[in-house]
Parts: sequence; C-alpha cells; structure tokens
Amino acid sequence: MVATLDINLKVNGRDYPLKDVWIGESLLYVLRERLGLSGSKNACEQGECGSCSVLLDDTLVCSCLVLAADAEGVEVTTVEGIEGTDMPSQTETATPSSRPVGDDLLAAPGSVPHRHDALHSSYQNPVDTERIEGELLQATPPDMHPVKRAFAAAGAVQCGFCTPGLVMAVTDLLRHNPHPSELDAREAISGNLCRCTGYGRIFAAIRLAEELVQQSPNLRAPSRRAQ
Amino acid sequence: MTATEVMTTTIETGTNRQELTTPTIGANILRPDAVDKTEGRFAFSSDLWAESMLWGKILRSPHPHARIVSIDTTKALNMPGVKAVLTWDDIPGNHFFGLEKKDQPVFAHDVVRYVGEPIAAVAATHPEIARQAAEAIEVSYDPLPAFLDPEEIAPADPTVDSTRRSRRDSEQDIFRHISIRHGNLDVQGEVQVEGSYEVGMQDQAFMGPESGLAIPASDGGVDLYISTQWLHVDRDQIAACLALPPELVRLHLAGVGGAFGAREDITLQIHLCLLALSSGQPVKIVFNRQESFLGHVHRHPARMWYRHHALKDGTLVKVEARIILDGGAYASSSPAVIANAACFAAGPYRVPSAAIDGFAVRTNNPPCGAMRGFGAVQACFGYETQMDKLASALDMDPIELRLKNALRTGDTFVTGQVLQGSIPVAEVIKEAASAPLPPHLLDNPLAMPGGAGRCSDTTKLRRGIGFAVGFKNLLYSEGFDDYSTAKCRLDGDTITVICAAVEVGQGFITLAHQIARDVFDTDKIVFSAGDTNEVGSAGSTSASRQTWMSGGAVQAACNRLRDRLLTMAAEELEVSPHQLYIKNGRIVSSGTSVEIPFEALSVNGPIEEFVEYHHEPTYLLDDNGQGDAHVSFAFAAHKAIVDVDPELGLVRVTHISTAQDVGKVLNPIQLIGQIEGGTMQGVGLATMEELIVENGVVKNPSFTDYLIPTALDAPDIYIASLIEQPEPGAPFGAKGVGEPPAISSVPAVVSAIRQATGAPLTRVPVRPQDIVFSADNKRPTADGVLK
Repeated sequence: MVATLDINLKVNGRDYPLKDVWIGESLLYVLRERLGLSGSKNACEQGECGSCSVLLDDTLVCSCLVLAADAEGVEVTTVEGIEGTDMPSQTETATPSSRPVGDDLLAAPGSVPHRHDALHSSYQNPVDTERIEGELLQATPPDMHPVKRAFAAAGAVQCGFCTPGLVMAVTDLLRHNPHPSELDAREAISGNLCRCTGYGRIFAAIRLAEELVQQSPNLRAPSRRAQ
Repeated sequence: MTATEVMTTTIETGTNRQELTTPTIGANILRPDAVDKTEGRFAFSSDLWAESMLWGKILRSPHPHARIVSIDTTKALNMPGVKAVLTWDDIPGNHFFGLEKKDQPVFAHDVVRYVGEPIAAVAATHPEIARQAAEAIEVSYDPLPAFLDPEEIAPADPTVDSTRRSRRDSEQDIFRHISIRHGNLDVQGEVQVEGSYEVGMQDQAFMGPESGLAIPASDGGVDLYISTQWLHVDRDQIAACLALPPELVRLHLAGVGGAFGAREDITLQIHLCLLALSSGQPVKIVFNRQESFLGHVHRHPARMWYRHHALKDGTLVKVEARIILDGGAYASSSPAVIANAACFAAGPYRVPSAAIDGFAVRTNNPPCGAMRGFGAVQACFGYETQMDKLASALDMDPIELRLKNALRTGDTFVTGQVLQGSIPVAEVIKEAASAPLPPHLLDNPLAMPGGAGRCSDTTKLRRGIGFAVGFKNLLYSEGFDDYSTAKCRLDGDTITVICAAVEVGQGFITLAHQIARDVFDTDKIVFSAGDTNEVGSAGSTSASRQTWMSGGAVQAACNRLRDRLLTMAAEELEVSPHQLYIKNGRIVSSGTSVEIPFEALSVNGPIEEFVEYHHEPTYLLDDNGQGDAHVSFAFAAHKAIVDVDPELGLVRVTHISTAQDVGKVLNPIQLIGQIEGGTMQGVGLATMEELIVENGVVKNPSFTDYLIPTALDAPDIYIASLIEQPEPGAPFGAKGVGEPPAISSVPAVVSAIRQATGAPLTRVPVRPQDIVFSADNKRPTADGVLK
C-alpha cells in the first residue's frame, strides 16, 4: 500500500542503516519514531515553528521539511548530539552577522542595546534576574552544553516543547555570530515559536549563553565534523 | 548508611528551625525538569512509543451541519495494515461526553454539527496507512442549513433586538443566559457613553500537539498516557464511554507541551482507548497542527454592547451591558465562561447599579471553551474601551477616571458580593501608569512596524500610549468544590510528594519541590503526578488555581507528615514534640545534640500522609445574578506603547509595562515567565491572532496563517511592580498569577493604537484595514500634514 526503500543516515556521528522506510517519511519522523531521538519536536510539521530544528552538515533546517531519504550523505546533528563541550563550531572562520537578511541595515554587533538597557536609567526590575540566573547556573550540571545550561538557568524553559529547537537555533547563531546584537538574536530565533514565555527569558538565555561560550575556550575548538 | 552513622554527625544545637534552614519559598530553585527539557530527554506525550504500537487517525466532518446518510468502512477495513476502524456503533458505553453537559458525541451519528467533528477512527501499523484508511472511509452527507451568526439567537445591541432576530430564542440554542440586576436600575448618568465591540476567535496554540498512547491491559482495562489539564475528569468521561469502572481506566500524565485551556476538554482520549481496546494493541495518536486547530476548543468570539453612566465628576453610577459568546456546536465550558464574562463585565470598578446580560449560544461554528482568562478577556476589552471613551467624554485623564472608581476591600461588587481580602486595584493602576517611558523610535527598520519587510516609512510612523486594568476570579466559582488531593510519603531518606496537579509548563512542580524542601529541609524530594488510581483528583490546571489549591494540598500533606514524624521521634526520645524540629533531613531536639535521621523513622516501611484540600465554599448566583460566587480576585494593569504606520495599517508593540497583584512572590523567575508569556498572548489577540471562520470552516488552521507573536514581534516587557499584599486564606498569601497578564494587555495595546491613529478600533484583533480604512485615521496627506 505504501512504497518503501532502504536508507542510510548518519546522525550525531553514528551510522543508522534503515530498512523499509516509506518514501514519504520526513527526517523528523525517522529521527523520532525509528531512531528514538525524540528531542526534535513535532509542533507543526510544516516548517513554521522551528521545534524540529537540526543541523544538516552546517546548515540549520526544519527536519520536518526534509525527506529522510534526502538526508543520506550528510551529517545530521540533533539536540541530543549537542553535548558537553562539543560546540559544532565554525567560529574561527565565520564572520559576524553573516546572515543574509539585514546585513546592510543592522548596526554593528553589540551596538544595539541589550534588552532593558534602553530604560536603564529609569527602570528598576523588581526582580534581580541576573543574580538569579547566576544562582540557578550553579545548580545546573557544569558539563552541560553552555546553550542548554543557559536555557535552564535563565528560566527560559516552561513547557519546554520549543526548547530543543531553540537550543539548535541559538547554537547555530553563536557559532556564526559570537556577539549577537539584540536584533541579531531576535532575527535568529524568529523562526522558532514559543507560546509560554513571551520570549523575555529566552533573550536572557541567549545573553547568558553568549557569556558562557566566551568563558569556555574548549568550545571554540572545531567540531568533529569540521575536522 | 546506617542510622547510627548518620546520628554521629554533629550539628549546631539550640538554634531554632527558622535560623537553620534556607527557605526556598520566595526564592528560586532550578525547575526540576529544566535539564531534561533542554537536553531533549523529557518525554512529551507525542514522544511515547510501545512495542507493536499502532497509529491512530480520526476522520472529521467537512460540513458545519449535515445529516449523515451512510458510512461505509469496508474499503478502509480491507487495507493491509489496518487493525481497527471504529464509528458510533462501536462505542460500548455512553456515546456522549462533556465537561458540564454530556452533549458531545464521541463519533457523530445521525448529524454532524461543526467542521472537524469526529466521525470515525482508524488504527494501522503506519501513520500513512492510517491516514489513507481514514480517507478511504466513505461518508455520504445531506447538508443542512447551518446557524453561524450568534446574534441570530441573541443580538448584542438591544436596539436591534426585534429587527435582527431570525431565530426564536430557545433553550436548545442558549447554553446559558445569565442576567445581573443590581442597584437602582432607573438611575441615569449625567454623562453616558455607548459602544459595540467584538472579539475574534483566539486559539491557545500551544506547541505540543494533542497526543497520547493507550495500552490495553490484561485486566480488561486500559492505561492511557496523556497530555491533559485534569487527569481525573478525563478519566471519568472516558470510563463512562468505555463502560468500564473508573479504576480500570488508568490515566498517567505524559509530558504536556502547553495547554492554556485547550486541554480541559476531551479531544482524542476516548478514541485512543477505544482503538487500543478494539485492536488489542497499543495505539498512539499525534495530531498534526491542522487537526490541533480543528480538534480543540477555542476562546469564544464575543459581540458586546455597553452603555456606561457617570456623574460629571467621573463617578460611575450604572453600567449596562449585553455580551454574546459564540459557543459553537457543543457546550464545553460555555456556561462557566459566560458567567465570568457577565460577572466581570463592569470591570474592577465601584458600580452601584448594573444591568448585565450574558448569553452563550449554540451555533454550527467550532466549539469554544476554556482559554487563559476565561471570559474575563472579552469583557475587559469592552469595559476598558468604554472607560477610555468615558474619559474622553468627560475630558478627564483616563488614569484619574480609573483611580476614582477603583474597587477597594469592602466594596460591593455587581453580584452583591462584598469584596474581602486584598483588592489592590488602585495600586496596580498607579504602578503601571507611572512606569517610565522608553526613548522614541529605534533607528533600525527591523524594529519598526512591518519588520523585515522594511516597508514602514520612518517619517510617517506615529507612536501611541495606551492603558488598561483588568481582573479575574481565582479558583472555580458558583459553588463548585474544586478540591485538590496530595500524598506525602517518607521512604528511606526520600520524601515523595504525589499530587495529580498537571504540570503544563507553569512550574507547579518547582513549587511542590519548594514547599517540600521548606518543610523537610532536604533536597531529597521526588514529585510525581501518580496515576489516577494512586492519588485523588487535584482539579484542573486552570483558573489560576494550582498554586492555591494544590500548593495548599501539598503543604498540608507535608505538614501532616512532618507532625507525624515529630510525634514518632518524640516518643522515641521521650520528649515533647514541641522540643523537636527538622533540620537537614533529620529530627533535631532543641538544646541537645540528639537527632534522628528520617531513614531511622522509616525502617519499618514507608510512612504516608494524605490530605484533601478545599477552598472556602462559594454559592450559586440567583436569578438576578446576585450571590457570593467567587473565592478571590487578582488584578493587573498594563501600559502599552505602539508604533503604527497609519498608511499601511502596520503595528508594532514596542514596550509594555505592567503591575500585578500577586499576593506573595513564591518563585520570582517563574512569576516573570507567567507575566511575560501571558502578556504576549494578549499582544497576540490585540494585533494578530484570529481563527477566521467562514461558513463554519476554519480558513487558517496552520502556523503559516494563524499568526502568534515571534521573537521579532515581541515587545520589551517591563515589570513596573509586583504588588505583594498577602491574600487571607490563601496558602502563603499567594494569588494565582497565570491569567491576569492576558486580560488587560489586550485593551492597553488597542488603546495605544487608537491614540496613535484616531481610529475607533472596536474589534480585536486590530487588522490593517481597521486602521487604514477608518474615517478617523490621522493619515498624513500628500503634503505631509496630518488630517
């Protein structure tokens, strides 16, 4: 009733030969249902929400829009493969703000004030969020990937369904652009929908991740794929 | 480690517990699930898998109203890989379910009443086979006239009552009519303002789609792993339809990817269990996004008419209102939603006289039910727009008008209820209103209306500032006893808290850990939602109630276990329990070095305590809508700043300042998460979110066409103040915080757009055409002069 074929995928450095895959199966479906890698999420399955984001070689894609059979011959990195001190990094060769949209209009990195800085002189948040982020950071496992750690410590996780996709998007952002401006950061995650947080704590997580990556010299080592 | 070894550890003595412990209530601890969620290890309901698992698929109606002439499942049944095809005839028990009225069929039988209504369900070995099999079911329909305009049943504007009505009011078409008559109805205001308002159909649009896994059990029952808001009310509805005793239907909470009200009603739960029991194999269903938009209830669209009466000094004397909610095809929670909309129709103001009518009506549109704010959102857009209009008619500052009429403790509400507890309306108004203003336009096109489209002309942008205040009841109302149950158990040195309160992302599990840590001074805490046989109901994760109700239950269960442990230790040590306290997971005696570790007390097995926690009783509203129907209220105010391109009708909400009445802060970072997230849902309703229904068909059931705010749309949210006035009777004095942010944010944003453009904007979401084609639009003319 449904046409099938055999495919070979390489995911997080491991080879997966797969038998009798329906030709219409998306990479997302195969990751979740055949490989048990359910960290990539299925919020819309039409490329709008970013919750299924993975890296195909060095390109961030929505895995729901990639046919599994089309992912042969490339390396797939999922949220489960972003771990420890392994930053799938192109930092040394990438130029800041290398993304195509808005290059000419975006101010130089870092020149747009961080969130809340604009009101800094008059606005006093009744909650000292940066102190809390520091405290919660101490409660996270130190060997966690810095982007993941930042999301956990900044309170950026509520229901958590969008979180793995955002971890992928922010990891991708920081390896291309280690010091994103606020608008760089907003633009980089504008393909990732979150319904719980209103994005405020996610922006905080990106700022925290930026700091953590800077404090971790290991993270700038080329990834195994780049070698 | 033996008890003796532990007991040799020396500790400071002679100090009381308060000095020794570090309370976590009011502080922050890491969310217990945060690491698993960021690593991608947390199991949501859609991530589940079982050996020989089948995939289910539901066939839905394409018609808003039609007679089903025939259903032929032969082709589907004969497809290889198909294990079950079920329709109405295959339901062993009750054929109907529903939260308040059992009026919704598990599968449509003789008629379909809305587009998307389930007709049949299939289980097959592969999701694609299931999809093809569902498509192969042949259904023949005879279309019937569809009733799609709620005002055909009950018009909002009373002056068109006789001319517009085309259908006779009948009990069948009105889920509930609530009538509030309060004070002197003959009184007339020196100044009167009138208006008609409309709210579009908003969707909860949580990220984790409806999904679950049902596994048939050897005892003839079924285990259902499900994302929901209330395990036990699902269980009762499912068991009745399966004709099984409730204890054979075991619901286990699976990871929930957001809810916001949409998971209060049954969606696929009964279908899943039927398929599993019929096929004898585990069955999983995961809705795709289109099915999710069709498969759950939405926020009620509203038509509202208002007339406010005031003295020339701004004192409100009377409010008249009619609110019509389109309930769609089935009752869901419409009777409770319309009660809220009517009760809160006059706003958080002293209104001595009121005539308010609320109708929730039946149509052939998609069913509507619970969404964050639950009736209070629609009403707030109406009354706050009226307050702006009244301020304008009085030539009075809108903040001053609101402060002049703000409710206070001891005031009488329009339902006759005398307000007790903390009612800091004036405080939230003052704090939000006095929040500093941000600098003017950012010099960056991406931050302007239209964003990456870069279509806004900087020279034409106009900035507006708007303000609104809103409120809502906490917990269930009108006599409903929404109790919560918790168990607390000591096993070894570990404290296990079991409470079926559903974690949907809001952070109840963090609070449960905080409470248990504070009582037992240990971090060896395990929290479990249990299954429906293991622990009683915790009520729904809705109505901003879990902090109060399940927080109260967990606290009481922990305290009861603590008292028992202290008593046991006191007997062993032959001292009074009052001389004992808990430090660092041990029982310690004041003034001595004697101590007993927890594990020494549980050597003979686990020790467990159980609590069922109830709130103060409430009462039904009488025929005039009078009665002490509500337990408590929470308030919030928002000040919004928007940039508008009046020629293109494009809006960007740049900043929102808010002040909220929280009672007491229990976890600051989670509180901020609730305020920012709720406010953003209000921004979405004000500016972009609407399910467009034409002829009963949802035209935009996708994230391509139903827009929710992205990171580029998100305004900066400033928390101007958290008002901490402990609520008497509430555990910790804390109020629920989830819903108030989604209420006043809506009219605040629209008020700001109105100020920027001059357009009347009586409908949300505000669409570009509402601005561009408004006669009052302050568009620049060709020579650049505002007209």
